[in-house]
Order: sequence, then structure tokens, then C-alpha cells
Amino acid sequence: MLLHITTSEGVPIYMQIVTQIKHLVASGRLSEGDELLPIRALAEQLVVNPNTVARAYRELEMAGVVEKRRTAGTYVSGAGSPLARGEQARILTERIDALVIEAQHMSFSTDELIEMIRARADHLQPKATDSSKEPRP
Amino acid sequence: MTPIIELCNVTRSFGAKFALNDINLTLEKGTVLGLVGENGSGKTTLIKHVLGLLKPDRGSVSVFGIDPVIDPVPVLAQIGYLSEEDILPSWMRIRELQRYMQGFYPTWDQEYADQLVREFGLDREAKLMGLSKGQRARAGLMTALAYRPQLLLLDEPSSGLDPIVRRDILGAIVRTIADEGRTVLFSSHLLGEVDRVADRVAMIQNGSILFCENLDGLKEIHLELTVIFPQPRPVRPRFDGAIAAEGDGKEWSVLFKGTLDQARVVVEAQGATIAEHRPANLDEIFVGYARPTGGAN
Repeated sequence: MLLHITTSEGVPIYMQIVTQIKHLVASGRLSEGDELLPIRALAEQLVVNPNTVARAYRELEMAGVVEKRRTAGTYVSGAGSPLARGEQARILTERIDALVIEAQHMSFSTDELIEMIRARADHLQPKATDSSKEPRP
Repeated sequence: MTPIIELCNVTRSFGAKFALNDINLTLEKGTVLGLVGENGSGKTTLIKHVLGLLKPDRGSVSVFGIDPVIDPVPVLAQIGYLSEEDILPSWMRIRELQRYMQGFYPTWDQEYADQLVREFGLDREAKLMGLSKGQRARAGLMTALAYRPQLLLLDEPSSGLDPIVRRDILGAIVRTIADEGRTVLFSSHLLGEVDRVADRVAMIQNGSILFCENLDGLKEIHLELTVIFPQPRPVRPRFDGAIAAEGDGKEWSVLFKGTLDQARVVVEAQGATIAEHRPANLDEIFVGYARPTGGAN
């Protein structure tokens, strides 16, 4: 579980932790039943206030992404998977918004943009399947 | 519950100059307060009042419910203090420093002190004067932590130190908070560090507190906007909620206090549009308040 905290964007740190853990769950790098680092360990690893990590874990718990178990510890919950699709869509929507705005600034039409996306997808298609089969170097 | 630190209407002047002007500040147990402000704004003077090293001209200071000037011993016994200045006796070896400090602090934990010496890579036989600036700072941190103080006071602890030592200091703050909710007050001009470890931020300028807010809340109510005007503007735009504006011609970046909807209303009222917006980071908030240029009045 590798998270990256930045202080240059103005996004509250607890929010960065929430978003990145949701992202890890949505992308399958964290799966149901995986244990999250204890609050203190993650705080020390990221060098952030433990209260901030605790707040992030509370938000994730309320969103149903993780659950606390009686034996202490926070685990990725089973309810994470139905939520994942919505989260995946949210992540993509954010990227698309940025792209659309950039395209508008450069006076590209939406159709042109869609055409470019299709061309890139075709271009990347064979590579994408290769890399999923072969282990990374 | 009694707050750990309580300053009420504290005023202190040196000659004709107000060093602290009617300061009110409360720090509850278990919180980390980052104190920010330009050099000479009053950060160190404020911390010295908490330590009881300075007496206010007016107002009152209470630490653990005690006046640190009248009754310094029980206050100082529970405060871990590290300042930018190098105040440790430089002729001592690390192990001598440990024994010396142990004499002052009944709660000194030698096992923990040795653990910190190992973690910081300090040599118990080394003399302080022979250490690098970073190692001396680590030695200072070791002595400030080893008696497990209830309150950690750090005055520009990472000033002039390399990133590795700064990380040790921040890591120590993080562990201190994780240990049974101890309380930390630290001043720093490295806002990225404040951002990482503080629960609350107080900004002090010319001896007055400009704001003392929950860090997440502070970031949620400040936006960094890029505002575009249809025609170049010869003068800085001013509108309600704008703390500061920088730029020239058509494009201005504005620190705005309020919601995006509120920003849209005031910006569009001037015939301009918001091209970009994002939450402001602590640097932008700090600079904006230190040099306010955008207000309505």
C-alpha cells in the first residue's frame, strides 16, 4: 500500500488518503479482506499527523470501503466491490474533465477529441493485452 | 478539561514596539498547533511566554493550568523544548548529556533515551561540539523527548537543517502525537511540514494572531482562482472575498475566501470569468494573508 502525499495542491491530506485508498480498491491493488496499515504505522510512513489518518479511515469506513474488525485492524470490506464501479467512473470522469477543458482551450471540438481517443485506444490495444499477460521486468 | 496552553489578552512590548499584541490562544490536549508567521512576527516571543521565560505586560499565561512565571518547576518538568538555537553544553559527550538531563527530569526514561540515540545514529561517546548541525539537532530532540513530556514545544526546529534531519524531527512529532495524545506546539516557516503534521494553524503577524483555524477547514474555505478579464486591467482587481491578487493584464491569480459559487458571483459581476480553480495550499494562504492586496476595501 503505497500512498503519496503532496502539500502543493491544497487538497486536505485526509482526503488524499481517502481518494488514493479508494483508487487502490477500485483498481484491484487492494482486494476484499486485505488489511490496511495500522493508523500509527501509516502516519509514520507518510510522516503525517495520526489524527489525519484516523479521520481518513473513519471516512472510508462510513463509505463502506473498509471495516473495522473486532480483533482491531482495518480491512477492505466486501461491500468495496459494488462501490468500486462508481469509484472507477468517478476517477475517469475527473481525468476526462481535465482533458475536455484542455481541448476547449486549444479549440479542439468534442468530436475531434473523441476521434483522437479512439485512435489512441486502437494504438494501445495490442500493447495493453501483452503487458497484462507478461510479468513486468 | 483544562486546556494545555491558555493565553488570554497577552500583550508584551520591547521598548515602543509591540512584540505580542492582545494574543488569545488555547491549545487543547492531544492537538498539534503549527505556528506560522514571517521572521520577527512574534513566534519565538510567544513560545518564550509559554515557557515562562518572559512575563506578559498585560494578560495571563497558563500552562497545564499553572502560571509558568510564578511556578516554573512543574511546568518545565512536563515540557520538551527544542529551539533553533544550539543551547546544549557543547563540551559534553552524548552520555554525559543524558545523565545531566536525567538530573532535571524525574520522568526521564533512560531506555527510551538509548533507543532514540540508536535510531538517530548518535554516538554516546561523541562530544556535542564535534557533531554536525544535524546530529546536534538530533541530540537536542533526544533530550526533549526522553522524559516523555506532556507538551512538546518546537521553535523552528528544522530551520537550516537538511531534509533527512527534518524528516527525523517530523517523525518524532508524529510519534509523540501517537503516544497517548500528547500536545505539540511548533513554529515553522516550512509550510509543507506544518501541513503534514498540524491539526490547527495559527498565523501571527506583527504580534497579532491573524487566524487560528483547523487546517482542513482553512483549506476548504480558501480557493486559488485564475481569473480572466476580457480586457487587460491596468490595476489590481478588487472584490469581496479576495484576499490577494497577483498578475497583470487579463490574467490574475486570486486567493479567495468563500465557496466557488460565491466566487463566480463576484467575479462575473466584474465581467470576468474563472478559468481555473482549486483548493489553495498553505503557502498560498500564508502569502495571501501576509501581503493582502485583493480585498474589497
